[in-house]
Amino acid sequence: MRVGVLALQGDVREHVRALEGAGASAVPVKRVSDLDDLDGIVLPGGESTTMGKLLTLFDLLEPLQARISGGLPTYGTCAGMILLASEVLDGRSDQRLIGGLDITVRRNAFGSQVHSFEQDLTVEGVGEVHGVFIRAPWVERAGSSVDVLASVGEHPVAVRQGHLLATSFHPELTGEGRMHEFFVNTLVAKREDS
Amino acid sequence: MSETGTDVVKRGMAEQLKGGVIMDVVTREQARIAEDAGAVAVMALERVPADIRRDGGVSRMSDPDMIDAIKAEVTIPVMAKARIGHFVEAQVLQAIGVDYIDESEVLTPADYAHHIVKTDFTVPFVCGATNLGEALRRISEGAAMVRSKGEAGTGDVSQATTHIRTILGQIKRLTTLDDAELFEAAKELRAPIELVRQTAELGRLPVVLFVAGGVATPADAAMMMQLGADGVFIGSGIFKSGDPAARARACVEATAYFDDAERIAKVSRGLGEAMVGISVDSLGAGDLLAQRGW
Repeated sequence: MRVGVLALQGDVREHVRALEGAGASAVPVKRVSDLDDLDGIVLPGGESTTMGKLLTLFDLLEPLQARISGGLPTYGTCAGMILLASEVLDGRSDQRLIGGLDITVRRNAFGSQVHSFEQDLTVEGVGEVHGVFIRAPWVERAGSSVDVLASVGEHPVAVRQGHLLATSFHPELTGEGRMHEFFVNTLVAKREDS
Repeated sequence: MSETGTDVVKRGMAEQLKGGVIMDVVTREQARIAEDAGAVAVMALERVPADIRRDGGVSRMSDPDMIDAIKAEVTIPVMAKARIGHFVEAQVLQAIGVDYIDESEVLTPADYAHHIVKTDFTVPFVCGATNLGEALRRISEGAAMVRSKGEAGTGDVSQATTHIRTILGQIKRLTTLDDAELFEAAKELRAPIELVRQTAELGRLPVVLFVAGGVATPADAAMMMQLGADGVFIGSGIFKSGDPAARARACVEATAYFDDAERIAKVSRGLGEAMVGISVDSLGAGDLLAQRGW
């Protein structure tokens, strides 16, 4: 299985390592041609405004939107969750999004960096996961076709809508591998079957 | 149980900035230009290093009002500088909620023997280094990110080149040493053996390594990335140039596509004047900021 990692900016190396640990062959994606022959893609953590701008600047936004809405299994972490959301609160009014996931997210919802935290969570379908939240967003509204897989307090932090998976936290930073295995074995493998 | 201020969240925050450009800004308008250009973070300060160099005098932490104004203007992380060893400036910056503190040689040192004990803080720190020993000493004090120092406020990239090459060259050498030799290396580097061993095993620092001090053009930024930096700080280089918005965008693009000479050529066109700069050669030993810190 070939899984891309959007490599414009952010913690690309950590996702590549986690995907390979989960048995996928990971490829950095920087150009439109890198999108060919992918079985899935990860949108990493980073700065969502920067990634949104670079996506537009390098003409990647529309090709990526087309593939993701066409069924390419996609996993967004933190900034990646924001890019996948249909609506963002507390972001820039001109922030560019990929969209597709029917959620409203609030940026930096837990506060600035001094409020960044680690916490154990139970993620439905995955089990116990150690969550690392860094200036993390949360889901303020989830559409009816969106399954909430985990929450912190009353705020969803892991969601799935068919072939789209998103978490506020960074499983790529812990070395656990469970979220990436879930993505590869459930979402990416399912697409390969069909 | 939820825990804040851990090594994982401090170092993890810097991981999110990789492949990006962090820009010095002195007003909210500049912060807006930096964010619009795609900067991954801004460094809020009262004077850019080129002006600190020109004006002389003692250079200190910025006014909290000024930092608050910049925080209100942008959604990207806001960093701010504390003087080397000035732990109360750092306490103030943590209290007002900056996202990262730079314990910086660009400001006038407050302590000529000790650095801030950064493990005491919830907010993460970035520190400068000219060589591997210095980088590892800062990490042992709790720095969650390192930047090579270069020579700030000059627009001359030569010292940035020297420092990143030195740090990465010393790491490369560590990877070839056996256990006995690593003990000797730790002594030479004046750094804890655990960190020396970890660095040798990883083949890189255990934290993110950016470059700073003298980067002024898109080609400079891409060169630092090709040499192996995780990202770039640009201080005076942007807002001391003829067309800051265009230069900021071009530097972001060249950093993201550092291995694509055609793109770098494209973004290097028509940027107007680069900062005039000062050749490091022409500076006296007393004018070198990189020598601050130990």
